Amino acid sequence: MSATDTTPDAVPAAPVVAPMIVPSFDNPSSEGRKLAIICSKGSLDMAYPGLILANAALGEGIETHVFFTFWGFDMINKKTMDDLKFSFVGNTAMHPPGHSGMGIHHMLGALPGATAAATAMLKKQIAEQNVPEVPEFLELLSASGAHLWACRMSADMNHLTEDDLYEGVEAIISASDFIELTEGAQLLFI
Amino acid sequence: MTTTTIAGHDVDVNEEGFLTQPAQWDETIAPELAKLIGLELTDAHWTLIRFLRDDYAVQGETATLRRVSTQTGTPVKELFGLFPGKPAKKMAYVSGLPKPKGCV
Repeated sequence: MSATDTTPDAVPAAPVVAPMIVPSFDNPSSEGRKLAIICSKGSLDMAYPGLILANAALGEGIETHVFFTFWGFDMINKKTMDDLKFSFVGNTAMHPPGHSGMGIHHMLGALPGATAAATAMLKKQIAEQNVPEVPEFLELLSASGAHLWACRMSADMNHLTEDDLYEGVEAIISASDFIELTEGAQLLFI
Repeated sequence: MTTTTIAGHDVDVNEEGFLTQPAQWDETIAPELAKLIGLELTDAHWTLIRFLRDDYAVQGETATLRRVSTQTGTPVKELFGLFPGKPAKKMAYVSGLPKPKGCV
């Protein structure tokens, strides 16, 4: 500052102190949130939505219950869980990758070998996304704290016991047991 | 976008508090971020944080929980133990990375 300058020293502007923003990982409003997912389909394409959503919910710290019923039983039956199939018969949204949106007529899916080919293609696409196959996915869910339940009526209809089911399944329970233990839960039927 | 000071460093954070510039992070910041979300870092945490940082540098995106588990050989259950509740997001936060985008 020069000697002739009579103005007082400029006061530096106070730094703007932003309040610390911390992610609300433990937001009390979401505490006690519960999700119930009913998996009722046994085809490969319909197995994944329930598994992926359950995994997402668990990763958000949400208590998650999955109930396997009817065809969904194939997802936890040790004999079938690794061998779910995908057929595009009746699926008008079949657009094979790399075919610029051109569909394949769904009735071609009825030809011999079409299901095996479609299944192999879907499995490859799923693996490319680094998404595990059904048995490994169930392990991931169990390790993340999912509650897996098997439907009593489906077990009885198929003459299956807990020994026939994936080990992570907690128990075979009735529909009313499931409704009771998912009181207050949000629900997804798949 | 807001600038805030953590462990003596000016860092840019988004509306949730996640760092938006991974390069502004260094290892002195992690314990402060961890403290903010109620965690005290152990060697086990550090192994994961360093993996996340290295993986992000190569992949350009934050590893998902499954990727952290399979690539580091850490059981998923342990990840939930170290970063309770929302492990993938908490790991990303402490590591100064964006939330993971992948579904699984």
